[in-house]
Amino acid sequence: MSFQNLESRLVPMQRNNIDTDQIIPARFLKTISKEGLGQNLFCDWRYNAQGNPNPDFILNQPAAQGAQVLLAGDNFGCGSSREHAPWALLQFGFRAVISTSFADIFKANSLKNGLLPVIVPPDVHAELFAAVAKDPNVTVQIDLPKQTLTTPGGRNVVFPVDAFSKHCLLEGVDEMGYTLQHEPAIAAFEARRVGSINTLA
Amino acid sequence: MPRTIIEKLWDSHVVHEQPGSPALLYIDLHLVHEVTSPQAFQGLRERGRKVRRPDLTIATIDHSIPTSDRSLPIVDEIAAKQVAQLEKNCAEFGVRLYGVHSDRQGIVHVIGPELGLTQPGMTVVCGDSHTATHGAFGALAFGIGTSEIEHVLATQCLLQRKSKTFQVQVEGTLRNGVSAKDIILALLARIGIGGGTESVLEYTGSAIRVLSMEERMTVCNMSIEGGARAGLVAPDDTTLQYLSGRPYAPQGADWDAAVSRWRQLPSDPGAAYDRTVTIDADALEPMITFGTNPGMGMAIGAAVPEPSQLSDLVQRDALAQALEYMGLEAGKPLLGRSVNVVFVGSCTNSRISDLRTAAGVLKGRKVSPKVRMLVVPGSQEVKRQAIAEGLPEIFRAAGAEWREPGCSMCIAMNGDSVPTGEYSVSTSNRNFEGRQGKGARTFLASPLTAAASAVTGVVTDVRTLL
Repeated sequence: MSFQNLESRLVPMQRNNIDTDQIIPARFLKTISKEGLGQNLFCDWRYNAQGNPNPDFILNQPAAQGAQVLLAGDNFGCGSSREHAPWALLQFGFRAVISTSFADIFKANSLKNGLLPVIVPPDVHAELFAAVAKDPNVTVQIDLPKQTLTTPGGRNVVFPVDAFSKHCLLEGVDEMGYTLQHEPAIAAFEARRVGSINTLA
Repeated sequence: MPRTIIEKLWDSHVVHEQPGSPALLYIDLHLVHEVTSPQAFQGLRERGRKVRRPDLTIATIDHSIPTSDRSLPIVDEIAAKQVAQLEKNCAEFGVRLYGVHSDRQGIVHVIGPELGLTQPGMTVVCGDSHTATHGAFGALAFGIGTSEIEHVLATQCLLQRKSKTFQVQVEGTLRNGVSAKDIILALLARIGIGGGTESVLEYTGSAIRVLSMEERMTVCNMSIEGGARAGLVAPDDTTLQYLSGRPYAPQGADWDAAVSRWRQLPSDPGAAYDRTVTIDADALEPMITFGTNPGMGMAIGAAVPEPSQLSDLVQRDALAQALEYMGLEAGKPLLGRSVNVVFVGSCTNSRISDLRTAAGVLKGRKVSPKVRMLVVPGSQEVKRQAIAEGLPEIFRAAGAEWREPGCSMCIAMNGDSVPTGEYSVSTSNRNFEGRQGKGARTFLASPLTAAASAVTGVVTDVRTLL
């Protein structure tokens, strides 16, 4: 899925180290499909023991409906390698997550699916939480071509994205095409490999 | 210029590199399981692609399967479908599967090493974050997502960026009652759950050198819990002794050639790391976690930390939230707190030495009547060895459940779970909210601490029983 730019309200979750078991609990990983995960995003925080929406949880509040940007605490997406985490976030409607840092595998998985991890410095992070606490309807603008985040206060903040991932996101292409172009290099590498295993032997 | 083993592994696997793009890295071994692979095989099917190197790929079933009687069909229809899908995918794409009824079935990170598939100098990937386990052999081993699984299946390569190098130097001698699990829990308590992000850890030092391969796997396994991409130990004689004669290990002249290559792998004298942390093994105590991430750990005799002592407001809230979830009071010790469940198993601690350790504590003792204890071997091979040594009799006589191999109560997606609100002492790797079951409360610890706590029914310092 390609990504260009968007303007959206923020869904604030001011909690550090939100792990992938919270984003999508393991019991939902028995599926063989990518679909149907959005309804269980943050399931154990979002629903009470009876399975009804927990009114205190941010995703159940009016300002979260239709929002495309999650504003989360440090080290978002730590834990398991499950790509079900970005799939669930995307299916809920999120297109970007803002944090000071992301776990490596989560970040890689997100970029491959068109979910943009936006890394901001701690002062900008704090400013965003303060702005949305004051008014849940404030919006941010995210411009991927320019790599800028515009805060509700009108500050333009540049965020990092590596050139390759940016290209893939803007064009909506996956990495496989790039790798397949290098088939001769792969074949040459294989020809000089030594000491391989053979699981089929 | 002197290089670390991390840089040597990287350099020897770069297929192609150009400015502005990540490097194309060759993968020597791809491990596949039922949970993260179905969508990847489906992607291949939709695009009409084949598995490029089935000879470098192996599959097993570990996460979704029950650990009860394997002769019975899987009751959970969704899990049964997922297992059947992997069987279908492996048959269609020509991948060898050690399936539900195979005598080589087991947790993917247990069977790779025990079959001799995991070897020094390799790149190893799996759609599972605990792939770092294989780093114990001096391999660059890391977890990947489902898109990357499809990428490796189709091309045997991955696009990767070079990680930072992070040396974890553990010097000295572990005291009685302190184990490999305590080394890694102590590191995580020190660097925190995000402390190793963008890094590959190399565990060095005298305390690492004397560890067995199984103990090294325990340490490397939890590298991801510090956010690291991977963790590894340079190969040495201990590595060679473990590998020699295993089913997929090289033999004869191939073995000699492999050994001479592997001898070149250890970091060169004077090689520089981006960061180094030193741990004094002599000072380590048995460790236990009190919170809701693996970095929230402490010496077993310590008091639960007080949120009011933290200056950072977000961290203070995080600790307070964790203690609320765990139902714990700040400033009080964990020792003596009641335990409901004890789990010995998982890719961290389900190998034969872990089971021997637990059995050593349980022999001649009884599991507290208040405690449900599960012992889940990591693989069919571990199970066979345990039976040969009479370990199941010890577990059963003590009142513990002896189960079939799998991930079981570590991830609680197969029906084995800790009930809401109950406390477990678990040898697994994650204490996240709900990890062992919705509302479950997990104390991570070593097999020694787990077995000791099973006997007394409360969180226990094993040294009081030794």
